Amino acid sequence: MRTATRDFTLRRARTLAGAVSVLRDEPGTVPLAGCTDVYVALQFGQRPGKRYLDLTPLKALRRITTRDGWLVIGALATYTDLQRSRLVRAHVPMLVEAARLVGGLQIQNRGTVGGNLANASPAGDTLPVFAVAEAQVVLLGPEGERRVPFTSFYTGYRASVRRSDELLTAVEVPPIEGRQWFRKVGTRAAQAISKVVFAGVRASAPRLALGSVGPTVVRLPRTERSLASGEPIEAALDVLRGEISPIDDLRSSADYRREVSANLVREFWAGTA
Amino acid sequence: MKLRLNGAARELDVHPLRRLLDVLREDLLLTGTKEGCGEGECGACTVLVDGLPVVSCLVPVAQVEGCDVVTIEGVGGDHPLQRSMMAEVGAQCGICTPGVVLAALALVDADRKPTLARMREALAGNLCRCTGYEAIHRAVLAAHAERHAK
Repeated sequence: MRTATRDFTLRRARTLAGAVSVLRDEPGTVPLAGCTDVYVALQFGQRPGKRYLDLTPLKALRRITTRDGWLVIGALATYTDLQRSRLVRAHVPMLVEAARLVGGLQIQNRGTVGGNLANASPAGDTLPVFAVAEAQVVLLGPEGERRVPFTSFYTGYRASVRRSDELLTAVEVPPIEGRQWFRKVGTRAAQAISKVVFAGVRASAPRLALGSVGPTVVRLPRTERSLASGEPIEAALDVLRGEISPIDDLRSSADYRREVSANLVREFWAGTA
Repeated sequence: MKLRLNGAARELDVHPLRRLLDVLREDLLLTGTKEGCGEGECGACTVLVDGLPVVSCLVPVAQVEGCDVVTIEGVGGDHPLQRSMMAEVGAQCGICTPGVVLAALALVDADRKPTLARMREALAGNLCRCTGYEAIHRAVLAAHAERHAK
């Protein structure tokens, strides 16, 4: 590994309260869950921090439950847990599909929902799902718990409203009306980082979200309004092309992403009619 | 820290953030586990933790405290899948082979005969640049047949 971890320290969390105290008292501490992002950063010679806090002993954070009709997914639930959960399969089948397409089984067995959200990559596979599900993120800090709508969680590229002394403990998903749809486009069918990732809900007011086409995952309010007003799909796709601002990078080009985004929305619209 | 490794209780005195991969290879001299990409893409360093395949290049060793870890050395060498990998030439250069065997064990042990889709999904995280995977799929099917014969 290119980054020597010899001088780094690791604490293992034993209680939630203890974990939050560590984050408060030792600024710069990096929470660890499945390590499928942090250990890649270390391999690339980056130093995400010198102090690490292992959350994996906090088994309670791995639970998937329901409360008042909402699905409550603990931050430590893995992609494998999502696929196996009867609750997730019943409430959010598009999340099962997203989880199935994250890396290979080895990554699915380790990577967590909380990690995917906190890592804040614009290419995070589950992010468009939570955006169209109108989910909320649960943050626990020294002053207690707060809930943030998922659509206002991210503030920019790899930036969120989570303060460094807050722990992302769960994501909560309300009941979803309407057909759900998910599709990821990468270089190959398995084990690829997305070039474009899309989730949609065909409700009376349709909801659409795209990942990898901007600095954060985006909802598409103008395109959604166009579709809701009954405009023809091609007119809505013209709105879409103007609404997103993808970039050229090592994984894809802006033009490709814009056109694939339009194709995905067209396919979603036809597939959920 | 304590763990079970290939069926035996072990106690290790290692830095908690070291990669499981490095502890296995450098400290325990279990060099059957290979390092390919080092970034979780190729599956060469696959081991089983509590029965599930994971890439040991992305696991801080502290996280396997109290766990049951199985490496290729723990599979024994005479497992039906290891023999069928030889017979079907599912291994050529060999660097992906230990990871492939560990990732495919669940397919061989499962009651139902694995479909092509199941095999491709189970092995999606294991890159092989030699075989084109077909020989590996044949080896998995042969091992499954042998395991469930009678």
